[in-house]
Amino acid sequence: MSAATAVPIRKTTSAYDVEKIRTDFPILQRKVHGHELVYLDNAATSQKPQSVIDAIIRYYEGENANIHRGVHYLSQIATEEFEAGRSTVQRFMNAPDASEIIFTRGTTEAINLVAQTYGRAHLGAGDEVLITAMEHHSNIVPWQMLCEEKGARLRVVPMNDAGELLLDEYEKLLGPRTRIVGLAHVSNALGTINPVKRMIPAAHARGIPVLVDGAQAAPHLAIDVQDLDCDFYALSGHKMYGPTGIGVLYGKAALLDAMPPYQGGGDMISSVTFEKTTYNKVPHKFEAGTPDMAGVAGLKAAIEYMNSVDVAEIAAHEHDLLEYATEVIGSLPGVRLIGTAREKASVLSFVLEDVHPHDIGTILDQEGVAVRTGHHCAQPVMERFCIPATVRASFAMYNTREEVDALARALRKVREVFA
Amino acid sequence: MPELRDLYQEVILEHSKAPRNYKEPAGSNHKAEGYNPLCGDRFTVYLEMDGDTIRDIGFQGAGCAISKASASMMTQSVKGKTKAQAQHIFEQFHDLVTGHSHQHEADLGKLAVFSGVSEFPVRVKCATLAWHTLQAALEGKQDKISTE
Repeated sequence: MSAATAVPIRKTTSAYDVEKIRTDFPILQRKVHGHELVYLDNAATSQKPQSVIDAIIRYYEGENANIHRGVHYLSQIATEEFEAGRSTVQRFMNAPDASEIIFTRGTTEAINLVAQTYGRAHLGAGDEVLITAMEHHSNIVPWQMLCEEKGARLRVVPMNDAGELLLDEYEKLLGPRTRIVGLAHVSNALGTINPVKRMIPAAHARGIPVLVDGAQAAPHLAIDVQDLDCDFYALSGHKMYGPTGIGVLYGKAALLDAMPPYQGGGDMISSVTFEKTTYNKVPHKFEAGTPDMAGVAGLKAAIEYMNSVDVAEIAAHEHDLLEYATEVIGSLPGVRLIGTAREKASVLSFVLEDVHPHDIGTILDQEGVAVRTGHHCAQPVMERFCIPATVRASFAMYNTREEVDALARALRKVREVFA
Repeated sequence: MPELRDLYQEVILEHSKAPRNYKEPAGSNHKAEGYNPLCGDRFTVYLEMDGDTIRDIGFQGAGCAISKASASMMTQSVKGKTKAQAQHIFEQFHDLVTGHSHQHEADLGKLAVFSGVSEFPVRVKCATLAWHTLQAALEGKQDKISTE
């Protein structure tokens, strides 16, 4: 009996129709190297449903005009669509007000925005920025650059061998010089869901704001910024079934109001003379230049699509896949799982004894199985576990148990090649 | 369609499991470090140069099967060669793995087993990392070289 069939089949939820969902994603119909595509690289970027693709086409075919300036019909339509997108994101994150939603190119730009505005205004020599050992490079480097400029210090909350943050150490590291905390909601390399709701009050007790990097959380968990009480929350559209090039920064209104602008240009101003410029109100103050209007239309469609399936149902389905994959892949000979936190989202990172992840990636690809191999833009995480790289399979709403079985079969093929 | 067996030939697998000249030669007087940040492969190539001749060569580090086997077989092919000869072999090898030209396949001897790499463009950097590092060591560059 194969490991794949050794696990009892358990229905996820009666209403969840994964086959129906798969038909909504055109790319899943294609073949790779003569095999059905098994796309397990969702933590890098997710695939897009037809409704998202259609929304982008519809925008360019019927609505395109520059926003917030024209009095003509199309400009009004485009502006309404853009601001409707903002409201959709507001509800998705449960933000108190739509003006607290700033469109960016992605999570990376959102974090850079906070570092370069709030960070620059509040950090001085000897001050500290506190991040964690499992951050993506995009929540390390912007702070490192800022610390270098200001003579400030970047401090790091350590984690245990399972990939869970050491909360006692976190509390100790929150000091009188800490000016901001940057924290991944879900780790991209390990899948750990960090207890951000428990961590934020400790920072607030010392008057320190918290930025949550939600790039990996937004596709998998219901996001409620009021419940979390975070000060900033960043996410990327392309990881949650939306287009590339569009992302979001949520910020509490009082903080955003007091922050200096990020980039200068059109749309972020109220009036300009050569002597002085008066800045626009939030969120426009942070949206210089013509934004990605088609991207917002696509992101809006992506959120509507997720809502139509039900975010809680998606989470339950993915949790089932992760449990199944942990059992099936984890029991293959020579496999060592990297990231075994009690609370995890749908990321399975692992190494295979004696075979380098890069070789595994090539062999899996020949079987039509797309996984990520490498350091996942989290080199400090690799160092923590004393490995150069991992193989990462990451699941989305359209993946199936059969695809986990296909991954297991392809990994047996790796064993054959390297026998 | 590219075939896996063309890439992972027996000779390559064997060298990756038991790399030759995996050492720092006692008389080593040149070295360079090579790094591929995309996959984390990292090698140090050591040379014992006698004038213009590579009297001894060794390497150490970690990487995938392709990069390790390539490093191992490289050390065998350039030992005893002059700097110019080693550079020439690298040029021919580079042409082979990038699919630029297979005309020197016969001249490359054992190294011809890497011809399958040309069907897997993302693996070219794996096959050439040790060679780029050798070149840096020959030129006496002190900086760590990177494939990116």
